[in-house]
Amino acid sequence: MTVPVLSGSVVADLVLPDDETVVRRRYRATFLVLALVLAIAPFVAYPVFLMQVLCFALFGLSFNMLLGYGGLLSFGHAAFFGLASYVGAYAAKYGGLAPELAIVLGALSSAILGSIFGAIAIRRQGIYFAMITLALAQLLYFVSVQTPELTGGENGIQGVPRGKLFGLLDLADDRMLYAVVAGIFLAGLLFVYRIVRSPFGQICKAIRDNEPRAISLGYRTRHYKVLLFTLSAALAGLAGATKAIVFQLASLTDVHWSTSGEVVLITLVGGLGTMLGPIVGALVIVSMQNYLANFGAWTTVVQGAIFIVCVSLLRGGIVGLVQKWTGRAL
Amino acid sequence: MTDPDDLILVTRGLTKEFGGLAAVSDVDLRIRRGSIHAMIGPNGAGKTTCFNLLTKFLPPSRGSIVFDGKDITHDRPDEIARRGLVRSFQISAVFPELSALTNVRIALQRKRGGSFDFWRSEEQLRPLNEAALQLLEAVGLAHVATVAAGELAYGQKRALELATTLALDPKMLLLDEPMAGIGREDFRRIEALIRTAAANRTVLMVEHNLSIVASLSDRITVLARGRVLADGDYGTVAKDPAVIEAYIGSGRHG
Ligand SMILES: Nc1ncnc2c1ncn2[C@@H]1O[C@H](COP(=O)(O)OP(=O)(O)OP(=O)(O)O)[C@@H](O)[C@H]1O
Ligand SMILES: [Mg+2]
Repeated sequence: MTVPVLSGSVVADLVLPDDETVVRRRYRATFLVLALVLAIAPFVAYPVFLMQVLCFALFGLSFNMLLGYGGLLSFGHAAFFGLASYVGAYAAKYGGLAPELAIVLGALSSAILGSIFGAIAIRRQGIYFAMITLALAQLLYFVSVQTPELTGGENGIQGVPRGKLFGLLDLADDRMLYAVVAGIFLAGLLFVYRIVRSPFGQICKAIRDNEPRAISLGYRTRHYKVLLFTLSAALAGLAGATKAIVFQLASLTDVHWSTSGEVVLITLVGGLGTMLGPIVGALVIVSMQNYLANFGAWTTVVQGAIFIVCVSLLRGGIVGLVQKWTGRAL
Repeated sequence: MTDPDDLILVTRGLTKEFGGLAAVSDVDLRIRRGSIHAMIGPNGAGKTTCFNLLTKFLPPSRGSIVFDGKDITHDRPDEIARRGLVRSFQISAVFPELSALTNVRIALQRKRGGSFDFWRSEEQLRPLNEAALQLLEAVGLAHVATVAAGELAYGQKRALELATTLALDPKMLLLDEPMAGIGREDFRRIEALIRTAAANRTVLMVEHNLSIVASLSDRITVLARGRVLADGDYGTVAKDPAVIEAYIGSGRHG
């Protein structure tokens, strides 16, 4: 442990391990490399596959922010992914909304639902919090099953038009749509970065570390947790609505508990609290689902096995392991 | 030195029952503004519970609390902290994954009002670094300002907790065993620090080390089995037969 010797006068040179400028420089490099990789990717892989990865990576990002920086474990994040998927699909298909508006509307709906679910669940701690989020998400699932006139029931909302972005760019072209989805993902990444490195983010980290202490310093911690939950839900909604436009489909799977489980899997396999974790996790899980699809029930078994290996052997997930090798935060 | 009639904290009949068992019963505290008031008593006497009641970390079963002329019996814990009654914890309480400097800054940040600005950069907080570092320097932690609080030695964590509490510039400090786990070498420093901190505020302190209590405090309240056994200055309290009985009876000696 090397510790710089300090005195009151050198405060300008003070370099915190969590200092904004240092972290920003480090993350900027990672971000640029990632943007470059995303730019090249459609030339070597199927755009539709990549878009699926990016939607789930965005979903993972929202979960990662909530657990990694707020210490809040949600088992019901499918509610926000799914609601936005339905709202976005419905608005684009029956409301004739442009894709960008449908996506924004979806994300906003999830933010509102998130603030309600968050306010209810936040009254309990730890595993009880997680169980309440699960229960509330199941409630939404049953409502979705019971209202086929809105959700299309078992069939879902199919044939959602991709439309034209800002009335100009035709998203029927997979490459074009891919560029938009990649842009949304990168924007989501910057959004999370801004939140966790804001004055608000600092308080969230303090609450995660020691909530009674934060209260004793005069912070009304519940409000901070609800706001973080709402922001996370909005991001999950962004992912869900984008997914609905990409696959032209919103279905019960989007609100199903297995989708909540998937986002836990993606985050932990990729690496909790890391910037690249969700995208690596999404890449692994989505690839696996696509390649193992023929094996039916075995997909779940293999997923479970990978999950157990990652959680018990790699505490920081895949990205955590790479971080250890390379000695830099990713 | 202190006006005996100027009371900053008054409780009446403060009681806390856990399933019928009274951990604190009928406690009347009268704490003078500007004094260092010690609360002593054997293990399990109800001292920490008392702190939890005063800061509303636990709701009282009965009784009232008046702080600085206002009834705070029904306030939330965060409201009480904002009124200027701030506690430390018996087991050191820091934010382990944040640097020592950030720990103090979390307290300084509160003066900005609510920190709900998730769209702003952390750069906003940079002006607070100077004050945070000064507070760290006062407790002898400037050289570990950048170290994660979780990696500090126990005594350093206690000092950091004190610096964080002082960053709020509270009217009144509640210190729960500030000397516990502090090495001999840091003893004098923390003692001096408490003395400095108490210069322009009130301190209520739970402490088992009776020599510290004797040298620091103006007044002492002795608690046993949840009840106030004696109240007065050190000389009076130490001679009280009930106090001697309670301490010997519980097998604990000063
Ligand atoms: N949350 C709780 N639920 C039930 N009983 C409790 C609770 N908190 C404290 N008690 C009981 O109340 C009594 C007083 O405990 P308290 O921690 O206030 O004592 P203390 O004077 O701080 O002791 P110490 O010197 O060991 O810190 C003890 O008998 C304890 O077991
Ligand atoms: Mg105690």
